[in-house]
Amino acid sequence: MSESRIVDARNTFCPGPLMELIANVKLAGVGDVLELLSTDEGSAADVPEWVHKIGYELLGSEKVEGVWHIKVRKTK
Amino acid sequence: MARKINIVCVSGTHEKLQMAAMFASVAAATGDQVSVFLSMNALPYFVKGHAAQAPAEGGFGALLAQKGVPPFKQLFRQAAELGEAKLLPCSMALDLLKVTRNELDPELGPPTGLTRFLSDAAGGQLLTF
Repeated sequence: MSESRIVDARNTFCPGPLMELIANVKLAGVGDVLELLSTDEGSAADVPEWVHKIGYELLGSEKVEGVWHIKVRKTK
Repeated sequence: MARKINIVCVSGTHEKLQMAAMFASVAAATGDQVSVFLSMNALPYFVKGHAAQAPAEGGFGALLAQKGVPPFKQLFRQAAELGEAKLLPCSMALDLLKVTRNELDPELGPPTGLTRFLSDAAGGQLLTF
């Protein structure tokens, strides 16, 4: 059964949010959804780029009250 | 197909070590084959007990010291642990510093000479900091 988890990387700068996400992806199972919280504007563009390159599924990316919420499904 | 990215670190300034660590960690975590050759002023930061703070080269170095910026040693460690990057100490620099492999941080690989590094780096990108 797939799980969801929050990766809180607020107030860290590039590549902190990406590395936090990657560390958590390693621990996640296939099908799990990770929601990265980030206040770093550069990472808001760079993290989806990484998701596409790796071949995971980007479920959404939106900024809510100054915080980026980037949802990723580990597909393999 | 994984790209081969070779990073040479010789500077001991915060900005250059930070940029090299950023390249290493992101490339390694993206599946690229990364080798980092540590020599000259960059190598002492990887000797056990050495200060982890590097001096700023310019104004940007002060910005890097603020909270929330991942320390360069943490990024290099993540490159090795999450992305299997090789962190290779320069054998010549070790000799001049009179430091043995056992005195280096555990994530570092075997002492490596230029001939071996250049041979392994053939066909890949080379970035120097």
